[in-house]
Amino acid sequence: MFRSISAVMAVLSVSFVTAFAQGGAKPTDPQIAHIAYTAGQIDIEAGKQAIKMSKNKEVIAFAENMVKDHTAVNKLALDLCKKLGVTPEDNDTSKSLSKAAAAKQAELAKLTGAAFDKAYMDNEVAYHKTVNGALDTLLIPSSSNAELKALLQQGLTIFKGHQQHAEHTASMIK
Amino acid sequence: MFRNRIVLAALLLAGTLASSVSAVAPAKVYQIVIDRVAFEDAPTGIKVGDTIEWFNKDIVDHTSTAKNGAWDVTIPKQKKVRVVLTKAGVIDYYCRFHPNMTSQIVIKK
Repeated sequence: MFRSISAVMAVLSVSFVTAFAQGGAKPTDPQIAHIAYTAGQIDIEAGKQAIKMSKNKEVIAFAENMVKDHTAVNKLALDLCKKLGVTPEDNDTSKSLSKAAAAKQAELAKLTGAAFDKAYMDNEVAYHKTVNGALDTLLIPSSSNAELKALLQQGLTIFKGHQQHAEHTASMIK
Repeated sequence: MFRNRIVLAALLLAGTLASSVSAVAPAKVYQIVIDRVAFEDAPTGIKVGDTIEWFNKDIVDHTSTAKNGAWDVTIPKQKKVRVVLTKAGVIDYYCRFHPNMTSQIVIKK
């Protein structure tokens, strides 16, 4: 189980870096907006799945908070794009994120009870770690619009909180 | 006569109560703003009986959760929530949703 999560995360980390490392290309603002929005949507869907499948109070509370926070941040992101006249642009990183998320969702769907809770929470820890790392080292430094950069920075602080919350909740599952 | 005495006693009692209340500093309300995923530093001089009002100016909901269990309230985004402080002490508190948000309130007797 742990190995498969690591494998997915390794693929994710690599896709974040390699997709833009070739030729020193930096993601553009429309691409950054798309990646950040997609990453948020993925966690919203994962949260909805957990709310439906879990019976653990702490896990459900965590999942509900993920749905709420990422929905709020994504709404602001969309509003900002509209204001700036930026159309989010699909790209290889967004595509590989979605692909990995679909695989993870299918994998989690086969689990129940504490096994589901543990796999979901472990994935939330790893996922937030990966996405936060990408925000910190690639997406925020690459964004050129000041308002987009500021929103991503605020998002990163919130998501770092999610990572700690996830680590705490994961540690409580036996 | 008897009635007058009761009135007088009541007046005296009221006077005593009023003076004893005025001798104690009136309870205050202190506001702590939450902005950009951080608690503003608590003001100094907070005493038992005072009220803290957290004003969440952020884009997401937060909680104020005392580590010693003294209080645990959710402060929805763009809302204010009040807590009356009932015990003295140095209280560390955090946000349950974002545990990277931590702060401290010093409550004196």
